[in-house]
Amino acid sequence: MKQLADAPIPTLPINARISRWFGRNLIRIYAVFGFTYLFIPVLYTFIFSFNDGGKSNLVWKGFTTANWQNPCGAPEVCTALGNSIKIGLLATTFSTILGTGIAFAIGRYNFKGRSSTNLLIFLPMATPEIVLGASLLSLFLVFQINPGFWPTVIAHVMFCISFVVVTVKARIASLDPRLEQAAMDLYANEFETFRRVTLPLVAPGIAGAALLAFSLSFDDFIITNFNSGTLSTFPKFVYVSATRGIPPQANVIGSSMFFLALIIVVVGQFVGNKRKPH
Amino acid sequence: MALIHAARSRVSAFSGGKASMPYVLLAPGLIFLFTFFILPIANLAQTSTQTPIAGGDTGEYEQTFHFANYVNAFLDNKEQFGRSFLYATLATVLALAIAYPLAYAIALKSGKFKNFLLVLVVAPFFTSFLLRTIAWKQILGEGGFVVPTLRGLHIIGEQTSLTASAVAVVAGMTYNFLPFMTLPLYASLERIDPRTLEASGDLYANGITTFRKVTLPLSMPGVVAGTLLTFIPAAGDYVNAAILGNPNTKMIGNVIDSSFFKIVDYPTAAALSFTLMIAILILVTIYIRKSGTDELV
Repeated sequence: MKQLADAPIPTLPINARISRWFGRNLIRIYAVFGFTYLFIPVLYTFIFSFNDGGKSNLVWKGFTTANWQNPCGAPEVCTALGNSIKIGLLATTFSTILGTGIAFAIGRYNFKGRSSTNLLIFLPMATPEIVLGASLLSLFLVFQINPGFWPTVIAHVMFCISFVVVTVKARIASLDPRLEQAAMDLYANEFETFRRVTLPLVAPGIAGAALLAFSLSFDDFIITNFNSGTLSTFPKFVYVSATRGIPPQANVIGSSMFFLALIIVVVGQFVGNKRKPH
Repeated sequence: MALIHAARSRVSAFSGGKASMPYVLLAPGLIFLFTFFILPIANLAQTSTQTPIAGGDTGEYEQTFHFANYVNAFLDNKEQFGRSFLYATLATVLALAIAYPLAYAIALKSGKFKNFLLVLVVAPFFTSFLLRTIAWKQILGEGGFVVPTLRGLHIIGEQTSLTASAVAVVAGMTYNFLPFMTLPLYASLERIDPRTLEASGDLYANGITTFRKVTLPLSMPGVVAGTLLTFIPAAGDYVNAAILGNPNTKMIGNVIDSSFFKIVDYPTAAALSFTLMIAILILVTIYIRKSGTDELV
């Protein structure tokens, strides 16, 4: 072994070294291409948020920061955005509460009907959005409920619940049960154990689920289009105005959401790391 | 005695406490799902066999158990059905081919940048998917820089266009569902103990053999979850076909959308939706059985 290590390393010819470098880094080079593919449209959207294009944003007409200074310059963009945020917050709150309850029941208890509950959670995820949207709208029509704000909130809660359950359940499954046993050994009752041990441990999972629910709700188009009637949401506004050109203010909103999400995640990571014990 | 009692109550608190507790936790969510998921699907099934009321207004239907609706709806749109499943399959395979090496690089080759790169996969999500799809349309369209460049280099002909084609629709779907494919793949690749890969190398397996016999089998749950999360929404999608396609790339989603909103033919829309849902459920069930993973259900 020692002899081997001491032997002079044979120098490879340059093209062999280059091909070896490529062989070793092929997967990383590939990843760079993958990320480029993912980010081209994001970059395009960001660049065209500075376009001095007026109402239609199809051709580059010159650089301006006016769209960023006044994102409500196209008022319908901000109305739509406001609706999307309101719907998103309500849908996130309700689906997180309902989904977390189900996740605890499935993750913590053995009860009759557990596997059919699991199936009921899986089904909405295995149903295409168009079917969810169309079926809910036909139910609303039967009960003569007009599509609009609340039907949209209900629709969003419905398709977010399953994703919340799956996310929170995964977190509960990863908990060490001995922590709760220890709390009870120290004479904490069931409620105290839940409040001071279980809940704080599951909290990151719940926060992740809420973030997921909000992003699913905020970006939803198909189900919203069926159940919102004349109410405008941000994706709906983009879709409808696509034919005659989307105002650059929409690009400002899209890019801001991107940066906002990045900041939230980075800050969340930072706080999470700081709070880690050791 | 008191001690035994205390011990027992501690154990029982752990394995469930009061027997009613799980039902209390479940009830609100399950009642909600029953009302706004099961009931609508049942109502959809009901609508699907209705026929127009004689002499009634547009959009007025009565129940006549006219099961021929299904036959008619399917025969009139079998092309669109076929196209939906073909495009969804192509997009799923392409997304898997792109996402697998990407997830592999993030999970096993990125060192301390792992979390940051993972965030980058999800980040495009937050720029509305419609904005991004329309961005592709403009980048690859007549006004963008790609088409004139390729024409200048004689890579594509003067008449060839990159948008308004089946290729653009499939590429758009591949792009849109890429994060859904990457995340589960990452999750299962990240869980692999690097020592199993080392062990395989120690046993004289080369890179390809290690991948085929160790890495790939261990990442199968991710492959199954990722392909399902891509295939299901892709099969029902109509947005990519509407933005990046042409009249000859219409998918079943476009038909359902227009029978609902333009033609106001609810029974046909319902029959098509129901057929789509059942077809997907059957495919998904077979797929999960074949791949031997029931982690999802």
